Amino acid sequence: MNIVAALFVLKNQLLQFPGGDIFSQILTLIIYAFIFISIFYGQRIQLYIMLREVEGSLYKLKYIRDEGRRIAIETIKEIGKPQTDPSARVDRFLEYFTIAPQSLDPAGVVWKLEHILDVRDTRFKDEVKLLAPAADETQANNLENTLEAAMALNYIYKVIRHYYLLGKKTLSLYIIMQIQMILPLVMREAEAYASALKAFAYGQPIGDGVGALVAAKLMHGHQTRKVPKDCVVAEVPFEGRTAYVIKAEGPGGNVGKPGDAIKTIIEENEGKIANIIMIDAALKLEGEEVGEVAEGVGAAIGGPGVDQFKIEETILKYRIPINAVIIKEDIGDAVSPMRKEVFEAADKAIERIRQVILERTREGDKVIIAGVGNTIGIGQ
Amino acid sequence: MSRSNASAATRVSSFVLLIIFVTLALALAALVLAIYLYDTAPGVAVYWLLLGFIGLALSTYVLFQTRQRILRLRIEMPPITTTIECKKCGFKSVREFQRGDYVFKEVEPCQKCNEKMIITAIYREVREKGKAPTFPY
Repeated sequence: MNIVAALFVLKNQLLQFPGGDIFSQILTLIIYAFIFISIFYGQRIQLYIMLREVEGSLYKLKYIRDEGRRIAIETIKEIGKPQTDPSARVDRFLEYFTIAPQSLDPAGVVWKLEHILDVRDTRFKDEVKLLAPAADETQANNLENTLEAAMALNYIYKVIRHYYLLGKKTLSLYIIMQIQMILPLVMREAEAYASALKAFAYGQPIGDGVGALVAAKLMHGHQTRKVPKDCVVAEVPFEGRTAYVIKAEGPGGNVGKPGDAIKTIIEENEGKIANIIMIDAALKLEGEEVGEVAEGVGAAIGGPGVDQFKIEETILKYRIPINAVIIKEDIGDAVSPMRKEVFEAADKAIERIRQVILERTREGDKVIIAGVGNTIGIGQ
Repeated sequence: MSRSNASAATRVSSFVLLIIFVTLALALAALVLAIYLYDTAPGVAVYWLLLGFIGLALSTYVLFQTRQRILRLRIEMPPITTTIECKKCGFKSVREFQRGDYVFKEVEPCQKCNEKMIITAIYREVREKGKAPTFPY
């Protein structure tokens, strides 16, 4: 029999009303049951499908979280040579939290936030020293970053698990829907942190460090000195001007406090700075190329905002113009080992800095060039 | 957070696998039965055909999804390359990243001029699998 005939038979069978053969009656019943279920239980079925989807991602998050913990413990054992098993202490570290200062009266909140962040930083450094007594300063910084990445993964996993269980408990479509909708973005971030973990553990340069790389390329071969906090500065002759090139002190995982460093240099020069150029990695929009270089004005610096605030306060006091050069990349590239395109963009950024300096300053002027970002795997 | 918990995410339940394979076997049996009944009772054969195809589609889909989940659970680490350069004679060598490498680190002397070489680049190369189509504007 040909296919047309078979389809004709199928059509006749499907449209038959009760009273025909047993198969037709069963099929009709199934169709009625299907309609009934769709009307009264459709939303619940949709809810279970969503829950299943979230559950699948939760499994993956759990796997990534456990891998993160394993990598962190292995690195501590390998580098830090602890006398006892660090697992319990690492588990305690993963649960650390920071409470943001009260902002009901926002005056002075930046200094309160800075203090809290300083306390957190000191606490983390002390904890890493206890966990890995044999680690040198560079290794300790890298370990701190590794543990922070593991901590972020732990937190992401716990939040998603919370909403999954809450949705399951309450059977609320809206709770599950919210988490299911943002899940692709959350998973992207978690995967980015997962690749960051190994980069931190091995001390490889990450995408976020491209600003520090630009500064390192400019200051390489020149005398450097330390400036507060955890930064270095080099006086570099650049197109007939004097450039104070600033970056966080490498090659350990460190972002320093560029806000304090810029303020120090400005005050050392009594505000006689013709221009400030900040270089940083920035999140690209979908459709933009990785490693694209763009230029603008303002303080190009991320983080909690303390450093940006300090830079803006200081430049306002001395009326210093500020320019920014950014290198675009996505969140995954920012925290995972540096991509070739991003690495090559450093030279393009230097060319852009040269243009800005030539156009915006005169010979003999003093300028500040600040490379912002995590300097892991980048010396000076 | 033990190792057994970590492997639980990658493990596929043997009960789920059993159900998948039983459904697959039943679907195939339904298809064979449909072929046998085609000449004698074509109406009934169509139902078996329908059931067989639905069973086949469902079981292969679930099996494929299970395999995909395992594949997705691997954290891929791309190879990282370190470029070492001699500033004097320009000799360049590329090798795999080693722990302790960092940009501008002084390493072993140059094979040609015996001058100290430095690490000038550390990066990873990404080979785009199937580049997503970009918007034409």
